[in-house]
Amino acid sequence: MTIDITVTINGRLYRASVEPRLLLSDFLRDTLGLTGTHVGCEHGVCGACTVIIDGDSVRSCLTLAVRADGATITTVEGLGTPEQLNALQHQFRECHGLQCGFCTPGMLMTGMDLLKKYPLATDDQIREGLSGNLCRCTGYQNIVAAIRAAAALRNETTP
Amino acid sequence: MKPAAFAYCAPTSLDEAVRALQAADGDGKVMAGGQSLMPLLNFRMTRPTMVVDLTKIPDLSFIEQRGDRVAIGALTRHADLEFSALIAERLPVMSAAMPHVAHLAIRNRGTIGGSLSHADPAAELPMLAVFYSATIRAQGPAGRRDIAAEDFFVSALATCLDPDEIVFEIEFPVLETHTGWAFEEVSRRFGDFALACIALSIETRDGAIVDARVAVMGVADTPLRLRDAEQALLGARGDAAAAFGAVVRGCVAPNSDIHVSADYRRALIGALAEKAFTRAWQRAAGGPK
Ligand SMILES: Cc1cc2nc3c(=O)[nH]c(=O)nc-3n(C[C@H](O)[C@H](O)[C@H](O)COP(=O)(O)OP(=O)(O)OC[C@H]3O[C@@H](n4cnc5c(N)ncnc54)[C@H](O)[C@@H]3O)c2cc1C
Ligand code: FES
Ligand code: FES
Repeated sequence: MTIDITVTINGRLYRASVEPRLLLSDFLRDTLGLTGTHVGCEHGVCGACTVIIDGDSVRSCLTLAVRADGATITTVEGLGTPEQLNALQHQFRECHGLQCGFCTPGMLMTGMDLLKKYPLATDDQIREGLSGNLCRCTGYQNIVAAIRAAAALRNETTP
Repeated sequence: MKPAAFAYCAPTSLDEAVRALQAADGDGKVMAGGQSLMPLLNFRMTRPTMVVDLTKIPDLSFIEQRGDRVAIGALTRHADLEFSALIAERLPVMSAAMPHVAHLAIRNRGTIGGSLSHADPAAELPMLAVFYSATIRAQGPAGRRDIAAEDFFVSALATCLDPDEIVFEIEFPVLETHTGWAFEEVSRRFGDFALACIALSIETRDGAIVDARVAVMGVADTPLRLRDAEQALLGARGDAAAAFGAVVRGCVAPNSDIHVSADYRRALIGALAEKAFTRAWQRAAGGPK
């Protein structure tokens, strides 16, 4: 059994015929070659596979590709370009918010949604917001710093 | 891991979804947010032949005032509850609990109907259903029935639902006269399942408690409403925190597991009860909300 789906990803329309059991994470990486989205645990715990679907951060490993039919998705490839990083990516670079980079796509996509929905007025709030994303390298300090800096910038530009 | 193969359908009415479950003859599974079912599928801990997606059924996602109750559609997402002004005003304990339910990306998909039906003994919404004495409404081949929350949860990950019954809405009575409340939880990491958790709500008159509601979770196979602890609070005044902690400790008989020992859990629920009492009392006295 396969099902036809149409999905808009990073502004581009994709059509495909997929098995119901195909995970969105595998659809992105294996079918479409969008390997920016990383896969760590495949049960919702590590956050590496987080993408934005219709404006909300979502675990792509806990999403069937068939359920993304008609959706608009942003992956890390859609945030910025190496020449022109988006504001949050820029802060990750400034603050050294990454080392090996495995967790980074998930951290960025989670960070985008946190910046949209929460005041992030204290480091505690930022840490609570990031509690579903695991990083084995940085010790989190500089990831928190990057999001703190992005939140300050957000508050300046959208009073 | 990847799921084993299954057939998939996305019906557009409850009747059709129930028929799809019947046709699967016990081998079908409904999927709401998928935030508990997908991990089970990925690890092949469950292998349904048919997955019935509920999310194309219209009108199952809502939060509305219905007289002295708040009705919530089964497909309402955790994040909708977290950010709802109506929930904050009418069901403040639920509002306080929602940020503790998993993480934002999971709250963006997980639903109340799914959380109740999954019946994790350390989940917040099942405890809140018991706490508020909610009515869970389900539809099956024989029609619709109303189930009291305390009858709904049978044991860990088990409810009284038949395999072809689907929860479509839940009604929460508002604790109109209660002015003090608290929600206290401890988990290893913010957003993880709780090690122990308590919800408390009180009505006071002339400086004493005249009505109380107490529920706990993480300390038994199902969430528990503690009627003995509610009774013990009647007539209590602001100095009763330690006594309340002792009563709650005495009401529970937790097990040891890979996370913590039974003794730790009992001590923890007592400490959380003391904290909750102090917080609820402050709120009832007009202190900080
Ligand atoms: C990393 C992680 C951390 C989490 N932490 C927490 C936490 O701290 N606290 C917490 O409470 N939860 C937590 N969860 C679980 C989360 O809240 C789930 O969203 C919820 O338990 C299930 O809701 P769902 O809509 O995703 O259900 P699904 O996964 O779609 O379904 C779960 C089960 O319920 C059945 N079902 C679903 N909807 C209905 C219905 N309407 N009628 C009948 N049966 C139905 C399904 O067949 C399935 O058996 C966590 C999940 C993850 C992945
Ligand atoms: S791979 Fe999806 S959360 Fe870990
Ligand atoms: S930078 Fe290596 S896991 Fe986070």
